[in-house]
Amino acid sequence: MPIIKQKDYKTWKKFDRKRDLQNWLCWFLGTLIFSFCFGLISSKTIWFYVFDSHNEALDLLGRMFPPETNYFFTLIKPIWDTLNIATIGTTIGTLIAIPLAFLSANNTTPSKKFLRPLALFCIVSSRSINSVIWALLLVAVVGPGVLAGIIAIGLRSIGFCGKLLYEAIEEIDENQIEAIEATGANKAQIMTFGIVPQILPAFTSISIYRWDINIREATVVGLVGAGGIGIELDAQIGDLAWAKVSVILLAIVVAVVFSEWITAKIRRCII
Amino acid sequence: MNDKKVIWKRKPLIKNRLLRIGLILLISTYLLSVFLTTEIDWQRILEGIPRGKNFIFAFFPPDFITRSDEILAGIFESLWMTIVATIVGILISIPVSLGAAKNIAPKFVYFLSRGVITLSRSFQEVILAIFFVKLMGFGPFAGMVTLSLSTIGFFAKLLSEDIEDINKSQAEAIKSTGSSWFQWVNYGVQPQVMPRFIGLSLYRLDINFRESAVIGIVGGGGIGSTLNTAFDRYEFETAAAVLIVIISIVMIVEYTSSHLRKLIK
Repeated sequence: MPIIKQKDYKTWKKFDRKRDLQNWLCWFLGTLIFSFCFGLISSKTIWFYVFDSHNEALDLLGRMFPPETNYFFTLIKPIWDTLNIATIGTTIGTLIAIPLAFLSANNTTPSKKFLRPLALFCIVSSRSINSVIWALLLVAVVGPGVLAGIIAIGLRSIGFCGKLLYEAIEEIDENQIEAIEATGANKAQIMTFGIVPQILPAFTSISIYRWDINIREATVVGLVGAGGIGIELDAQIGDLAWAKVSVILLAIVVAVVFSEWITAKIRRCII
Repeated sequence: MNDKKVIWKRKPLIKNRLLRIGLILLISTYLLSVFLTTEIDWQRILEGIPRGKNFIFAFFPPDFITRSDEILAGIFESLWMTIVATIVGILISIPVSLGAAKNIAPKFVYFLSRGVITLSRSFQEVILAIFFVKLMGFGPFAGMVTLSLSTIGFFAKLLSEDIEDINKSQAEAIKSTGSSWFQWVNYGVQPQVMPRFIGLSLYRLDINFRESAVIGIVGGGGIGSTLNTAFDRYEFETAAAVLIVIISIVMIVEYTSSHLRKLIK
């Protein structure tokens, strides 16, 4: 942080000249990339629709209000299904993620050359395919319904939980393991008494976090037919029954806020 | 001789015995009620297994060539969308995250910003995309707006938590020099949250690219549209190629972003 002398007084500047120039160049390049990308997008946009969108939005809001409150009672079952998809899906996902995490953590993997890359590949490919795409594939295999949603959410959760969990396993305290080892414990005992207690807090917070995310994800897998409230949403949008759509959106907001509240509560209990 | 051995038992996870049993009961009733209320059509699943096998075999071999133009166009569109949406989203989330930090914002602004964050977080990208496609027409612009709005919820929430955790004495030192509010934020707060800020931006870039693959399914442009078209035409070989391309790009992006994040740390 240089102090710059000007004629008769000194001023302080955050960066020297070189850093200033570098920063300026970064901003310049950033702006250039941004405007280039935006230009490409805008060339594919029909601006008339965009500029007209506020009228469209007002029209839509007019159709959405007042919400058809009676409709809520038919939504109870889909909401219950959505919660189940999220909960059971998370459970399955975390259960599969545990062995994968142990296989892919550097300090617990049985074979670094073969099993670790394989497990890492499973984790990455599960993470990179969105649950909607998983659902799209699964609906074709197991048929439309809650089961496809559960499996889709489960498959998507494997990667997320597996990644965070194996990072947690890699960060454990080796001294504790050595202490257990010194008592003459075998591999399984080292696992249950040395490693598991250390990663248990991380494991619970990861699975709760994922559950919270999965509530949101479970609302959309229905759009491709995999059960839950998304099916209703898709049907009502298809019918242009906007007064019902607004009820569904309200229900989703309530469910999400509820799940956030619960996760915050549980997290406070654990930590 | 005393035959009694001293046995060590592991401490139970939950100390209160009643609570432990109650939780187990609660969980099992929940599982039972789930099992009873979900209709699973085993017949359909049995039928589906050979169908699923055919379906999966239809993906092989992946066909990159026939629709290579469309795949390339889709990927580039996704990339533009991702970059623009991430930048716009971050620019909007900076004021929101300042407003959502308890130690900076007044109560009124705090609740307003938290409201914005909750609203943006509660709707999944796909649901938002459906509405924006309806409002603004098909194409990447609707997708970009969707992604930028959902960036706000993610980014502002995590950044505001980081702002709340800043070292107060550093911020106070700046304040004691008589700085204005903007100077205080710029010199007292911003340098402290910068590492996290960059890490989050890279992370969000990664997420936005992945999401751009799905919002195309509902008309938001990008590689998702290509995927959807391939599915609709029953060109599963092309769909497989698109999926492989998505996975490999996500891998590259993730690898570079985690590498960059490590460098910054």
